[in-house]
Amino acid sequence: MAEKHIDELSGIETTGHEWDGIRELNNPLPRWWLWTFYACILWAIGYAIAYPSIPLLTNATKGLLGYSSRAEFAADLNGAKIAQGGILEKISTSSLEDIVADPQLNQFATAGGAAAFRVNCTPCHGTGATGGRGYPNLNDDDWLWGGDINALYQTIAHGIRDPADGETRISEMPAFTDMLKQDEVRQVAAYVVSLTGTPRDPSMVEPGKQLFADNCVACHGEKAEGKRDLGAPSLADAIWLKVHGEAEIARQIQTPKHGVMPAWQGRLGDVAVKQLTVYIHSLGGGE
Amino acid sequence: MNLYTSPALGPSDASVERIDVQPVHSPGASNNPLYEKRKKIFPKRAEGRFRRFKWLVMLITLGIYYLTPWIRWDRGPFAPDQAVLVDLASRRFYFFFIEIWPQEFFFVAGLLVMAGFGLFLVTSAVGRAWCGYACPQTVWVDLFLVVERFFEGDRNARIKLDAAPWSLDKLWKRVAKHATWLAIAVATGGAWIFYFADAPSLAFDFVTGQAALVAYSTVATLTATTYVLGGLLREQVCIYMCPWPRIQAAMLDESSLVVTYNDWRGEPRSRHTKKAAAAAQPVGDCVDCNACVAVCPMGIDIREGQQLACITCALCIDACDGVMDKIGKPRGLIAYATLDEYDANMALATNGSTTAIDPVRVRNPDGSFIDKIRHFDWRVIFRLRTLIYFGVWSAVGLGLVFALLSRDRLEVNVLHDRNPQFVLESDGSIRNGYTIRLLNMIPEPRTILVSMEGLPEATMKISGITDVPGRLFAVQVEPDKTLALKVFVTLPKGAVSAEAADFHFIAEDRSSHEKDSYSAVFNTPGARK
Repeated sequence: MAEKHIDELSGIETTGHEWDGIRELNNPLPRWWLWTFYACILWAIGYAIAYPSIPLLTNATKGLLGYSSRAEFAADLNGAKIAQGGILEKISTSSLEDIVADPQLNQFATAGGAAAFRVNCTPCHGTGATGGRGYPNLNDDDWLWGGDINALYQTIAHGIRDPADGETRISEMPAFTDMLKQDEVRQVAAYVVSLTGTPRDPSMVEPGKQLFADNCVACHGEKAEGKRDLGAPSLADAIWLKVHGEAEIARQIQTPKHGVMPAWQGRLGDVAVKQLTVYIHSLGGGE
Repeated sequence: MNLYTSPALGPSDASVERIDVQPVHSPGASNNPLYEKRKKIFPKRAEGRFRRFKWLVMLITLGIYYLTPWIRWDRGPFAPDQAVLVDLASRRFYFFFIEIWPQEFFFVAGLLVMAGFGLFLVTSAVGRAWCGYACPQTVWVDLFLVVERFFEGDRNARIKLDAAPWSLDKLWKRVAKHATWLAIAVATGGAWIFYFADAPSLAFDFVTGQAALVAYSTVATLTATTYVLGGLLREQVCIYMCPWPRIQAAMLDESSLVVTYNDWRGEPRSRHTKKAAAAAQPVGDCVDCNACVAVCPMGIDIREGQQLACITCALCIDACDGVMDKIGKPRGLIAYATLDEYDANMALATNGSTTAIDPVRVRNPDGSFIDKIRHFDWRVIFRLRTLIYFGVWSAVGLGLVFALLSRDRLEVNVLHDRNPQFVLESDGSIRNGYTIRLLNMIPEPRTILVSMEGLPEATMKISGITDVPGRLFAVQVEPDKTLALKVFVTLPKGAVSAEAADFHFIAEDRSSHEKDSYSAVFNTPGARK
């Protein structure tokens, strides 16, 4: 320390440190404060020995306690899985109707189904399950293969036209290129449009109606209301999945396109498929 | 108000004991090391009106702290019957007839704002009254000193005991003191946890070892802090740990009442007043008996002026008043005074700082004070600054009272589905989905009517409640709970317009005539809103 200096104003001794004429008063800290500081240093040394701390070239020291935040995370995840175990077991053994009726199972399955949907289903059906051209909207009340909970389960579990699944839903609309002439195809298209809208040439509706009765009612029904056993869509409602307008309807009659959905039971397991079913059923179109 | 007069002048028998004491915390000390060993303080017991007031404050504050969790308050079968309860698990705060939900936390924030402005108000008016009377550190140190005096005696006995070698007598006194401190500390930590759970059942669980681990660790932590801060560290907390003395210093101004040594009448102090008077030397009222230093729990000498370490507990006033009574001089040598009046009186005594303090200047020949002496004028309490503090304080308070009286106990919140915004149904109608949350904020089950106002053609369905479309549904909401409903609103094809339509969801309790509404938007294809 430099020579003693007493601050004139306060009468307090200074520490001898000076910065541009500003001197530091020496109001001594209590000694226990110093000991607390040393105790903290000791604690830090102990902490560095007990826990991973010192970086090496490729990794860091492991620490005596062997702590790892990754292991802790894994343990947390495991704990969460164990906590879910009971409820997943219940979902596995309950019928879909019972799951929906039980508020706790319903809530869990809906949330689990929503998560599974985000991961597996959004590429085709979209994040809001609204689908797109050729991919059905799952929110509405228009179902190709049935919208009650068991029909939904069957569709998700085994898919549609999935060649790898023996129980998959299969149907195929024949191509009418050879069976109907070009004019006749346009007449049928005009009739189909007339069911919900106005065709370009109203005179084609009558012959189209006859052709429809001869060729199409077997699958699409007398009133074009569709048949769910066959996955044949209703042509008399407001929702159009694959085609929009007369020309596209005509093209579909000549060379039909078919959607394919993979079977999910083998990939995700029955519990996940059940949760997905409950989720889809809750979106508002479930029957 | 005149703080300087004694009710009756006692006999002028100047047999005042002079106490041998040095202030532990004195700003003038020199030759300091960088770090200093703590010097022990042995505060002497004080007697007087401020001491009596402090006993009263201690009784009230400790009583509130220890007893509040045990007050019962009947709220019916669906809510706890504890008057003050912070129910963290179910996120409710109960305060007598008030129940606060997490989204009403602004009430607590408002109380904190009020506490802040209340503190500003009190500090600007009467100085560090919080530190001196109501701060938990002060109150518990006071309590611990009572225990210390009970086992070890007053100041002199404690100094003697401290210096004495270890003996059986010293050992039992020390053990008894620390054991009692620990018992108080456990009770303090124990009382805290009762604010967070049903007190009687938690007390039973705690004693039988069935309470949650967090209860034991909380009690252990608060026991340790109470014992260490109140018993061992005492004045060190105020001087070195607490930020508040530094902040309070900024709140004081020249009209704030602070504990003041009136050196304009005390100096020059003299231990031998008669000799000095006989030698025609000027003599002040201070007989340098050091009573003010001996009673100070902070170990300071108030005669060195206002300082950071002074918590303004006013015990030195009591001590000095006692001495003044004894020697037949007016009270108030140490008194609550404002800087303004002190400066004015100092100017009188020093002839405007031109001379040393001369007691003759402030006295009449018969020894009484001259009329020019300024005394405390209570009107300075009502100055612009305190009025502004009081104004803000009461505005916040009135706002809270108004908010409390007008708050809803039935609420409805609506969240429109983000994705999809709307759904086309097969018959051409348009459907929108909403999540409606009903808040039943009273501890009674209720039947709530959910209905729509606007969109006359639309109907709604509620998942899990009904599959039949309608516009009015009754749902049961559990006491003190929220209920989330998934609601689908459908507008028939003919009624769909290209514009997004506004409407309201209404929640209504017909029996209590409570009603709340929430505006919602119905989106359609082509709508831009």
